Amino acid sequence: MSTVPLTHILFVSTALFFTGMYGLFTRRNMITMLMSIELILNSVNINFVAFNKYLFPQKMDGIFFSIFIVTIAAAEAAVAIAIIINLYRTHKSIDVDDATELKW
Amino acid sequence: MDTSAIIFYAISAFTLAMGLMAVTSSKIFRSAIWLLLSLVGIAALYFWMQVEFIAAIQIIVYVGGIVVLIIFSIFLTQQAGTKMPKALLRRTIGSALAAFFGLAFSFNLINHYGFKSTGSQHFNASVSDVGTQMLSTTEHGYILPFEVVSMLLLSAMIGCIVIAIKPPQEHAEKIGTKPENVSSPEPEEEKVTENISEPLITTEV
Repeated sequence: MSTVPLTHILFVSTALFFTGMYGLFTRRNMITMLMSIELILNSVNINFVAFNKYLFPQKMDGIFFSIFIVTIAAAEAAVAIAIIINLYRTHKSIDVDDATELKW
Repeated sequence: MDTSAIIFYAISAFTLAMGLMAVTSSKIFRSAIWLLLSLVGIAALYFWMQVEFIAAIQIIVYVGGIVVLIIFSIFLTQQAGTKMPKALLRRTIGSALAAFFGLAFSFNLINHYGFKSTGSQHFNASVSDVGTQMLSTTEHGYILPFEVVSMLLLSAMIGCIVIAIKPPQEHAEKIGTKPENVSSPEPEEEKVTENISEPLITTEV
């Protein structure tokens, strides 16, 4: 446990964050964009837990932040999928380039 | 390098490889499966850090909830086996460069700062401690965010139902979106609703 420094865990979560960011930039399908957002939120969760464990082991605030982030991510995914289904019903497509009514 | 470190690097390599395949795979269903494996890898990372409660939440909520929801919506909205069109080369190169430079910048910052671990104390986050502090009303309790997040979940649930509900027939005709939907390629579902509604009308008359 003590042989792995905190910075290596931070490296892993940073790499995961930028993987999700790359997916968010390249994908045009709304479901895959939602998957990339889930990866980004998970990397943030890893950071919270790792900082709490390594730097402030007498407190538990990072764990609570992780729990609330997971809860809000679940609510966000449910609302996003409801929007995706509604968009599919009106546009027959969930590609973000096809929904251009609000574009001037 | 002892066993624990080897396990950590193996889990990290697995998680990152699965995450990379999830964002680059051209078949959407496989992409969802890679995402599921990546989330399982993150849960294994939590187990390795000995925060079993967070690991259990990760498996229950993400693997059991969100990924299943995503797979459902894939089946509802498109053909699972078809390939997605590839992104523009310009966009791919641009976002790869952005991700690479962001990664290099953050790596440099983390490496330069080099967080000093103060972990002489043993980290203890048992479920009973988490539950006690979550529901305590003292200064460091989390009862208020707990209640707020429960209201958020309730409103998200109601909002999902309102957004995703199928609009009634006459209302949709009043809006005027219905005729062009019927003509486009989704005939089975519309036929079913018509067959149900017609006998009802005749019996009423």
